[in-house]
Amino acid sequence: MLNRFMQSRLRGLMVLALILIILPVFLGNPFHYELVIQMAIIAATVVGLNLLVGFAGQISLGHAGFFGLGAYFTGIATGTYGWSSIPALVVGAIAVGIIAWVVGRPILRLKGHYLSMATLAVGFIIAIILNNERAITGGPDGMPVPAFDLFGWELSTFGRYSLFGVDISGVQAWYILASVVLLLAVWFAQNLIESPIGRALRSVKGSEVAASVVGVDTAKYKSLVFVISAIYASVMGGLYAHFQGFITPAVASFEFSILFITMVVLGGMGSTFGVILGAVVLKLLPQVLADFQELETVMFGLILMLTMIFMPKGLLPTITATVSKRMRKKAGGEA
Amino acid sequence: MLAEFLQYLFTGITIGATYALIALGFTLIYNASHVINFAQGEFLMIGGMATVSLTAMGVPMILAVVLAVILAGLLGIALQRLAIAPAKQADVVTLIIITIGASIFIRGIAQVVWGKEYHVMQNFSTSEPIEVFGAVLNSQSLWVLGIGAVMVVGLVLFFTKTLIGKAILATSMNKEAARLVGIRTQMVLMLAFMVSALLGSVAGIVVAPITFTSYDIGIILGLKGFVAAAIGGLGSGVGAVVGGLSLGIVEAMAAGYISSDYKDAVAFSMILLVLFFMPRGLFGAKVVERV
Repeated sequence: MLNRFMQSRLRGLMVLALILIILPVFLGNPFHYELVIQMAIIAATVVGLNLLVGFAGQISLGHAGFFGLGAYFTGIATGTYGWSSIPALVVGAIAVGIIAWVVGRPILRLKGHYLSMATLAVGFIIAIILNNERAITGGPDGMPVPAFDLFGWELSTFGRYSLFGVDISGVQAWYILASVVLLLAVWFAQNLIESPIGRALRSVKGSEVAASVVGVDTAKYKSLVFVISAIYASVMGGLYAHFQGFITPAVASFEFSILFITMVVLGGMGSTFGVILGAVVLKLLPQVLADFQELETVMFGLILMLTMIFMPKGLLPTITATVSKRMRKKAGGEA
Repeated sequence: MLAEFLQYLFTGITIGATYALIALGFTLIYNASHVINFAQGEFLMIGGMATVSLTAMGVPMILAVVLAVILAGLLGIALQRLAIAPAKQADVVTLIIITIGASIFIRGIAQVVWGKEYHVMQNFSTSEPIEVFGAVLNSQSLWVLGIGAVMVVGLVLFFTKTLIGKAILATSMNKEAARLVGIRTQMVLMLAFMVSALLGSVAGIVVAPITFTSYDIGIILGLKGFVAAAIGGLGSGVGAVVGGLSLGIVEAMAAGYISSDYKDAVAFSMILLVLFFMPRGLFGAKVVERV
């Protein structure tokens, strides 16, 4: 029962929507909201990354590079040149998509560790450029980003708004926006997975040679999904920049790239809801571990290692497998 | 003009020799177990930091070095036994995350034990610089090169002359066959991690007087070593040495003649260029993919 329920994709989306609707009841203060909004934006990014890693089986250790490019494009276009947010996000996504396509063609020919090395290098180069081009990016000190404007509305975390007559705060408005974006990101990803493109991608993951033998243009599909996941990262980077109001090159850093890929692997590669869980867990963990003070890093590393050793398939797939096994056992016992 | 060039060359060869040692560590583990060990840089950090803190406690330099190397070796064994071996069925990317988790863990402990400050280590011999054709050579550079060369020769002898070395080679070529002829492959894998950790810690100790050392020095040095190993072609010992030296020299030249701001970008641009034209690095084995 639970299994069928989990497999039904529309239901998954509805469960996520329900969680997002109920969640504000438990959010006491603006800090909680901020944490959840960051989670939603980052979760949407890793949903995109999962298309590349979980479905097409390609590793990227440099995805924060695209996230950072999107963030800085938005920051510079709206802050320095006074663009509106939506055109900045769209043009930024197109630009990042083109960059991803240009670098993706040659590096996606590589396999395994060479591919991880190449994507790591691309991410690093982007971060170094953002760090050094002080005149445009503000260098390591970062740069301020204006508030998000949506059809003439200024969406600031400090503002107050009225939605259908209900008075809501700035972070609550952002929460609604981030929730809608996350749902759209998941909906698009699931449609892509179920489309012929998704089938082609899974065949590439299964066996690239077999896929090309049956006529799948593997190079084309790999580039395509690389571009799509880069666009996800770019748009989310832009939103993140608006939400934070201030960005530094850390958004494009290697550490951030590692965080993204870890969310995918920890949550469960190839499971859209799994990687969202991965994002939630890895965003929450530092909050929980803050009590350990100087042992925080040690605990984080330890938990990461242990989870991956004992749940190599990731959190959600392991949990669902255990639950459905239990239920089957129960059903067997009754019969 | 010549002096300037020589200066950059010395710098490049010195740091290149360090990269080569790190790359050899990567190669060793990669060959034995097909794992890319992202915790490799932490062996360097442990080597440097342990030596600094032991000498500060009054332990003689030589003894401090030996103890630091032993500590790193034990850490290598523990890493293989406790983190890599239990997850042998895992995906490539899962193993990467495990080694990253291990490196965060080790770094976290180092931060608790030694703090976040930079630590300075004395040169092994005189701190008087040596002058060659107008270029200034840090005496420690000679130690780096000398010890690097000794390590490489030692490694070659280890793999060609000793039974244990041959057992590691056999395991890397065909694990099942190695087991059939009576090699305890699990033991061999632990050994490979240990030797790799020894290499890394020695590199970390000899280079510490030049670069200083701190709890987080392993991240960037480890990555540079990975770049060097990939330039040379993963799994090739010659490639690791050539990759390390050429990376060091190109980096120093670019920093000197072009821009020191983009020094770190050189390594990553270089690896992209190499991989565009030679997808398996300079000396990577031509592998026929079986379907």
